[in-house]
Amino acid sequence: MTSPVLGYVDRTGPLHRLSGVSKLALALGVVIGAMIGFDVRYLAAVSLGSLVLWGMSRVRVRDLAVVLWLVAIFATLNNIGIFLFAPGYGTELFGTRHVLLEGPWRWDVTAEQLFYQSAVTLKYVAVLPSVLLFVATTRPPEFASSLARIGVPYRIAYAVSLALRYIPDVQREFRTISQAQQARGLDTSRAAGLRTRVRNLASVLLPLLLGTFDRIEAVSAAMELRGFGRGRRRTWLVRTPLRLPDLVLISLAVLLVAVPLVLLGVNDGRFWNPFL
Amino acid sequence: MTVSRSPVTQVVAIGIGAALFFVLGRFVAIPTPIPNTTISIQYAVLAVFAVLYGPLVGALAGLIGHILIDATGFGIWLSWEISSGVFGLVVGLLLLRTAIEDGVFDRALALRFTAAVVIANALAWLVVAPLGDVLIYSEPANKVWTQGALAFAANSVTAAVLGLIILSLYARTRTRTGSLSRER
Repeated sequence: MTSPVLGYVDRTGPLHRLSGVSKLALALGVVIGAMIGFDVRYLAAVSLGSLVLWGMSRVRVRDLAVVLWLVAIFATLNNIGIFLFAPGYGTELFGTRHVLLEGPWRWDVTAEQLFYQSAVTLKYVAVLPSVLLFVATTRPPEFASSLARIGVPYRIAYAVSLALRYIPDVQREFRTISQAQQARGLDTSRAAGLRTRVRNLASVLLPLLLGTFDRIEAVSAAMELRGFGRGRRRTWLVRTPLRLPDLVLISLAVLLVAVPLVLLGVNDGRFWNPFL
Repeated sequence: MTVSRSPVTQVVAIGIGAALFFVLGRFVAIPTPIPNTTISIQYAVLAVFAVLYGPLVGALAGLIGHILIDATGFGIWLSWEISSGVFGLVVGLLLLRTAIEDGVFDRALALRFTAAVVIANALAWLVVAPLGDVLIYSEPANKVWTQGALAFAANSVTAAVLGLIILSLYARTRTRTGSLSRER
């Protein structure tokens, strides 16, 4: 846990110049759209769009390599899990059964199952790049102000901003305490037995928590002294004005949510069924 | 008697609690073979926060922390993020009035805490998360309930055991009310 796995990537690209509000709107649009929609055509289009956006952003694949690996592993495991637990789920959903490959007992590979699982995977591929891109191209302070601008109460937006601000501190403190306790012989690795490991873990967590409670006291006292929470609204240091590309992005976000809603009616259900 | 926390303290507790949740969940998680499910110690800390700062802080710190973990790693998977919030909320609601701040942590409170953690975990991982997976993501029911059951078992044990240790140690750092007596 030396370096953050993913964070803001400082580089000038077209996405970096956009306002945080429109990027947040787009990311939310993708997340909500992909949540509602299960139409493979829609998901494929969104995935493609996300990849194009990624190409435009000048965020290199290498910047996010670790994350992409984690995701690939997760998606594979999830697919295997679905197949092991419910190999007939596709047939259940689409009402037909085209066996492609005979398997042992109930694990036959059917076209319907592959179609369903590719839809689930596409849902993933559609959402992930846009969220990663948003995180990589938006400065943390602008993230908070964007949240407030799309209507999140400013106290909660400020809490998010505090979280982002204190993650590196907490990380450093955790490392320091953990190393100090290890130097005193408290082992939390696999080498120790489970009982001692739990007790040693508690003796790392407790100083961390007590330090955190003190910090909460100090920070909230400082904020209270400066009159935080007195007004109904507050101003934000970083506030990029909306320009034409931002408006285009926001309308795209609205479209992204509207399309799956329309498709719900067109497909007469969440799935587009090519097997009928 | 619980010390009533000012709204500003609650905002700060949400923020720093979410940061703590993020760090513990992101870097100190032990993965299990079943996807999306880790044996995680962040829920013990979340439970402690919910007890000390109230249900609202528990809910939002869990929700924000989990969204941050997912946004920087596995992608947004809303049903599980909401469940983290539900866990914090329920623990906080079930332990609204405690005397931990006054240094009291007796057997009755320990039992109450354990029960609250188990109930909150059951609601979060056996009801909300699988239901969300089925409704939002159309995942096969038996798969998500297996995942949920595993998460429920792992999180209940870790949160209850670690949470009890932390709270009992924390109570010892507080000064008891009425612990001073006048010398005659």
